Amino acid sequence: MRQKSKHIRYAKWGYLFILPFFVAFFIFSFIPLVDTVRYSFFEYYQSGIKEIGPNFVGMANYQSLLDSDMLKYAGNTLILWLIGFIPQILIALLLANWFTDIQMKIRGKQFFKVVIYLPNLIMASAFAMLFFALFSTNGPMNSILESLGLTSEPIDFMGTTFGTRALIGLMNFLMWFGNTTIMLQAAIMGISPDIFEAAELDGCGSVRRFFSITLPLIRPILTYTLITSIIGGLQMFDVPQILTNGQGNPDRTSMTLIMFLNSHLQSRNYGMAGALSVYLFIVSGILCFLVYRITNGQRDTGVKTERKHRKGGAKA
Amino acid sequence: MKHKRGKTGETVLAYVVLIVLAILCLFFFYILIINATHSHAELQRGFSWLPGSSFLDNLKSVATDGNFPMFRGILNSLIVAGCSAALSTYFSALTAYGLYAYDFKLKKVAFTFIMAILVMPTQVTTMGFVRLITNMGMYDTLLPLILPSIAAPSIFYFMYSYLESSLPLSLVEAARIDGCGEFMTFNRIVLPIMKPAVAVQAIFSFVGSWNNYFVPALVIQSKDKMTVPILIATLRGADYMNFDMGKIYMMITVAIVPIIIVYLILSKFIIAGITLGGVKE
Repeated sequence: MRQKSKHIRYAKWGYLFILPFFVAFFIFSFIPLVDTVRYSFFEYYQSGIKEIGPNFVGMANYQSLLDSDMLKYAGNTLILWLIGFIPQILIALLLANWFTDIQMKIRGKQFFKVVIYLPNLIMASAFAMLFFALFSTNGPMNSILESLGLTSEPIDFMGTTFGTRALIGLMNFLMWFGNTTIMLQAAIMGISPDIFEAAELDGCGSVRRFFSITLPLIRPILTYTLITSIIGGLQMFDVPQILTNGQGNPDRTSMTLIMFLNSHLQSRNYGMAGALSVYLFIVSGILCFLVYRITNGQRDTGVKTERKHRKGGAKA
Repeated sequence: MKHKRGKTGETVLAYVVLIVLAILCLFFFYILIINATHSHAELQRGFSWLPGSSFLDNLKSVATDGNFPMFRGILNSLIVAGCSAALSTYFSALTAYGLYAYDFKLKKVAFTFIMAILVMPTQVTTMGFVRLITNMGMYDTLLPLILPSIAAPSIFYFMYSYLESSLPLSLVEAARIDGCGEFMTFNRIVLPIMKPAVAVQAIFSFVGSWNNYFVPALVIQSKDKMTVPILIATLRGADYMNFDMGKIYMMITVAIVPIIIVYLILSKFIIAGITLGGVKE
């Protein structure tokens, strides 16, 4: 009873402390969201200095987006994400497994971790600008390749679809594989050493151990990494935007969804930008729900084990 | 015996892979810094592996360029990132404490709500955001880049997890018995306990804000208010081929090297901090 009265007395402080967060969220996220959704049903854009609309047009913006190149840009985004993500997750799994292998005793782990995490903190726009300068036809990469005798003619890396996409993929890979390695390493280290010891006593080799023990046990973190990476991929913007100067060259094959949104925002086409935002909102809403399920699942099991401990303690 | 030899082979392979990856990570920054020390004429002649002598000349021409006010940009970025880091960590800690230490009717709803928007991309509300701040008269000012960071769900989640693991509620009780007010308890007792979490999240928040490009590019128009990423984008959009290349490399250096230096100093701390929250942005 005393417990209860105390909570009632202090409840207002709880509300007061969480108030700034919710006020800021309401003003800077919720109102804009409502506004965005509302104008997605209107014809509303700027033509020169003249403003057209807002005229209610129902689902017309959604329809004309489907008829536009939106799906192509969605495909580009997916391809660019995959080029970065596949090597990222494979290398990260390999490195995390090596870092946690007690028999291997890799020296300088901390050094390697510091180095591979470094690109994650680099300003993506500056990194893309750097790649643009390095890989341009008269840039240092061509100069190096020529001096090594690997090419006679300068390669136009950003003139081909493959070259541009590969560069974007390489940048995304470099920026994220260190982060993923460290996350996966922590997940593997969370597995009880007893399990690995038992496996070793049973004569389980390192390859088998990886596939039969490590991989199934870190599946929640792997799923989490996958989904947050998809959400990150959906937001891909800085690198392709700067590398291709917002054009998505060649022939818009490296134009991502957010670059498309950005071009509508720059030209102040509120109706189209709104409808595109709503499409993106629905997709990310589904992904958010999945992340919520995973993080909440972990939280629930965490609470459960804690409770079990407490119960055991009480019995003893 | 055979087993052991197998491991040695794998260890050698691991070192080879690690060294190749480490070189790949550092290689591009090496070229960047080397090129930033060469003059335009030297760079036109081809790439040299050794540093040149034009470091100060390039730095001077970056500092005096009125079209790309890099140092003004760095100052703007410092203001935005510094304020964002301070606001986001303080208010996330406050929100986390409010939800952790108090019991109230909407507690569960509020928590579930924040968890639901944890990884929501900001881009989907940007259109309404730009319109809103235009109506509020904050277009082309630094404020709209700072104020929204009061609501930072991922930092909240980190702070909440940290409180769960390291703040015994008995401590709060003790403070109450000693007659310490609720707000004072948070500032004087809880916040110091949360210092490690606040420090880690302040760094990540700072870096995130420092590197942020999408929203600032839509909000800022005037040159003297531009942050570093917008200046870099302007540089890319300009008539690039006529530029002094030494100066361009120096501009990129100026944009990223401060973060690299801070990172190297705090690396141990940052690496340990990555996995604590388990949420990446």
